[in-house]
Amino acid sequence: MPIVSPGFTGRRQSPDVQLPPGQYLTEDFPVLTAGPTPRVPTDRWEFTVSTEAGQKHTWSWQQLIELPAEKITTDIHCVTKWSKLRTRWKGVSLDVLLEDVETAADFALVHSYGGYTTNLPLEDLLDGQAWIAYRYDDDDLTPEHGGPARLLVPHLYFWKSAKWVRGIQLLLEDEPGFWETAGYHDYGDPWREQRYQGD
Amino acid sequence: MARAAVSGRLTWRVSSLASSDELTSSARRLVFEVPGWPGHLPGQHVDVRLTAEDGYSVQRSYSISSAPDGNLVELAVQRVDDGEVSPYLCDVLTVGSQLELRGPVGGWFVWRATDPAPVTLVAGGSGIAPLMAMVRVRALEGSRVPFRLVYSVRTPEDVMFADELRRRAREDPGLDVRLVYTRRAPEGSPEPPGRLGVATLNTYGWPAEFNPHVFVCGPTGFVETVSDVFVALGHDPRRVRTERFG
Repeated sequence: MPIVSPGFTGRRQSPDVQLPPGQYLTEDFPVLTAGPTPRVPTDRWEFTVSTEAGQKHTWSWQQLIELPAEKITTDIHCVTKWSKLRTRWKGVSLDVLLEDVETAADFALVHSYGGYTTNLPLEDLLDGQAWIAYRYDDDDLTPEHGGPARLLVPHLYFWKSAKWVRGIQLLLEDEPGFWETAGYHDYGDPWREQRYQGD
Repeated sequence: MARAAVSGRLTWRVSSLASSDELTSSARRLVFEVPGWPGHLPGQHVDVRLTAEDGYSVQRSYSISSAPDGNLVELAVQRVDDGEVSPYLCDVLTVGSQLELRGPVGGWFVWRATDPAPVTLVAGGSGIAPLMAMVRVRALEGSRVPFRLVYSVRTPEDVMFADELRRRAREDPGLDVRLVYTRRAPEGSPEPPGRLGVATLNTYGWPAEFNPHVFVCGPTGFVETVSDVFVALGHDPRRVRTERFG
């Protein structure tokens, strides 16, 4: 049972706004990054899916943006407590990118330019749940927010939506990524408030 | 990469405010007594949870500014006037009152006293909090690791921990403290106020050739600018660790 903080009233959201536990609404788009922002020109950008058998599937920037893209409107939830509603993105579904990839993997380790990594079950990348996003709010995605392209997996805390994405490594065994190694939850479901290890 | 600095479950602990005093006209130093506090590394933060009578609750993260000291955890809270939580913490919560707190959180933006590499710390405003913990742990451990702190504030009145920093700059061997004023410098200051730029960071931080750790904490725009400067100055981006507020 949480204890009551005497004199605290708080600022309630309108009852039709549903946020995961412990989250608050923001209209800004805060930035959370562990280090400097990498700047990756699109003519040197590549995205590679590698399988547990060592097969590689690589897309150049031009190849990526020529793939069928979707417009996504979704709520996002950062582990630092902010949530932002109805954010608008454009990107390529992972279902498209993984369509011709043969794998028996259950896990994915996502790699970014700059060295960031994050892990998630492969099934969370499939069935219309994840995209390689390169537009935000009708503009190119800025480097601060992960441009030229970032992973978008909005049903998990936003650190799983790796900025500056450069590849996905498919693995038979789960391997913790950057924040997951530093005390954060392996899966990160905001609705179950899985912020930290053991939550 | 560092292994986990924390492991196991982080439980909410009913904590009471042990003391509250003014750091600046818009920030307070809040010390909480946290039963069973497991200790922390400098740079880590806590989550604070407030709950209203009707069960409505909110959480916020605050960096720890103290070195480990039993069950005591110090936070430096900047009052955000239209904020939901900081005005309550600064103006309403009284000594002896309780709230819930859990931590320590975060295993990346931390300094370990066993690491011999020189350290450059760059703070913007209330971003001094986790860096203050590093400065204090360094002194507590008797470390001689060379530390340089560059602290950007608007005016002299905005300097948090001013007396302590002045004293430590004198007494802690190998600690340099450089204050940079962006709006108004103290009278008699050799330099006019101005934004923290390449020249200042190059002069008062450790050069890239020394392979220092760089910790940058402050508002997003500040951290973006400062960390870009360090990369441009040739620092390995992986040695530039950042923490952003708001």
